[in-house]
Amino acid sequence: MNLRRAESRWFWCFAGPALVGFGAFNLWPMLYSLGLSFCRYEVVAPPQFIGWQNYAYLFGHDPSFWPSVRVTLVFTAVQVPLALGAALALALLLHQPVRGRGFWRAVYFLPSILPQAVFAVVFSFIFQADGGLLNQGLALAGIQGAAWTTSPTWALPVLILVSLWGFGYPMVIFLGGLQNVPRELYEAAHMDGAGAWARFRHITLPLISPVIFFNGVMGVIGALKVFDLAYAFSLAQGQMTPGGPARATLFYGLNLYQQAFGYFHMGLASALAWLLFAFILLLTVINFRLSRRWVHYGD
Amino acid sequence: MHRRPPLATVCLYAVLGVGACVMLAPLAWMLLTSLKTYPEILRHPPAWLPADPQWGNYHRVLAGFAYYRFFLNSVFVAVMVIAGTVLTCCPAAYAFAYYDVRHKELIFGALLSTLMLPAQVTVIPLFKAFAAIHWVNTYLPLIVPAWLGGNVFGIFLLRQFFRTIPRSFIEAARLDGASEWAILWRLVVPMSRPAVLTVVVFTFLWSWNDLFNPLVYLQNEELVTLPVGLLYFIARAEQLTGGSIGQVPWHLVMTLATVMVAPVIVLFAVVQRRFVEGVAATGVKG
Repeated sequence: MNLRRAESRWFWCFAGPALVGFGAFNLWPMLYSLGLSFCRYEVVAPPQFIGWQNYAYLFGHDPSFWPSVRVTLVFTAVQVPLALGAALALALLLHQPVRGRGFWRAVYFLPSILPQAVFAVVFSFIFQADGGLLNQGLALAGIQGAAWTTSPTWALPVLILVSLWGFGYPMVIFLGGLQNVPRELYEAAHMDGAGAWARFRHITLPLISPVIFFNGVMGVIGALKVFDLAYAFSLAQGQMTPGGPARATLFYGLNLYQQAFGYFHMGLASALAWLLFAFILLLTVINFRLSRRWVHYGD
Repeated sequence: MHRRPPLATVCLYAVLGVGACVMLAPLAWMLLTSLKTYPEILRHPPAWLPADPQWGNYHRVLAGFAYYRFFLNSVFVAVMVIAGTVLTCCPAAYAFAYYDVRHKELIFGALLSTLMLPAQVTVIPLFKAFAAIHWVNTYLPLIVPAWLGGNVFGIFLLRQFFRTIPRSFIEAARLDGASEWAILWRLVVPMSRPAVLTVVVFTFLWSWNDLFNPLVYLQNEELVTLPVGLLYFIARAEQLTGGSIGQVPWHLVMTLATVMVAPVIVLFAVVQRRFVEGVAATGVKG
């Protein structure tokens, strides 16, 4: 009994700082921002309760809310499947006996750990309408390139493309998953006359379904909170308010930042924060429900 | 296993090679541009290689425009964040790995759930609180969370590793009269050096690459870290370089971008395995 008491005392000593941090930097702000979301709070005056008005304004009148939702959902719906598809394809290639595997893995992985702000800036330069590397290359082929970064049509596709340079991260996770698939299974299936596709479909896919699920969940959350890339991209274009041209790259996180720290509509921005949180929570619950049908956790 | 037909082998390496070139092309173009003169970056068609590599661009950006200061700011913040992370995540991971306390798994689950919480959700109350205690415009909002176990991923990774250490080692040390604190720092942490290094590496990355938090909390220009400094530079480039409006001196912007990227690439080259294993570890237990 004394041992147990001592153990629990040590537990609170050792885990204490992390638990205090959890309370102070996660739990408390979460609850507090729920309260703020029902207030008018524009920094100069203390928060003032206004009921559901912030939410009503967002859904009914705010000119930037729905565009930001659209941009974010389009980005998520296009970027996540592309990135995961490329990551899985590359992981399958590298899982074969390949010479210099470590080298290839390093090359594909490296861009995913570099600052997104740098990628936004470098690609702004490459995609410049006038004198950018891409358009000069196209000109050599006799094609007149578009004004990629300043066109409302192209700006979002450009950002989707740029973000694909980060697919090395899920690729490495896939590789880890593939390594855990026992070789004997393939050999047994081969003996039974299963072709390459059948082996992929009935052995590889089910056995790596947990990593597919993990990458999917993390990919979607990552896509929903895009900020650095979009903000740096806007500033590299010299835009006065980020998210342009014509709100074409106004990501949800960018809109939230702009409401909170550009216009000091902190109450409204708190409502945005809670909607994002509720959406992620909902998505996670649905994901875990659905995952029971297709994710196989072996023991 | 089975032999691959030669044609498939050629295709495999062709795909890998072309893909690798595409992945590295933006970085190569960044580096090459950083060594050019202004007239060279305006040339149609582009000059691939700088006629005379302008290493002076680096001196100009770092010393001439005092950008070494932003570099040092970034280093300072990263070092403080890493120190706090190691000092508080190791004990927390030890506690969750070895002690039996009621509702331990529930507490740990709550802690882990914050990995899904975007920074944007908590930033407004935090900004309000930090402003109230006059921490805005200091490094404290960036550093203090790390000293309170802010790196939950680190706690998770360390706990996974600590658990693989046989309990008998720890029991033996306890019988020898070692204190829990000593067991943690003299036995468990040294045995877990790869995991600790992985956590250090990832903590460095997050701190070094982060744009959002410095942007929110740092307003004085002398205080900002490199990612914010890079954007400042683009916005102010005309004033700084005396060029005309709308003409961004991209060669100098790329110089700065290279300065930002270089430490990450060097670190990656030195401890590549730590990166790869750290990432793979997140997926396996996912």
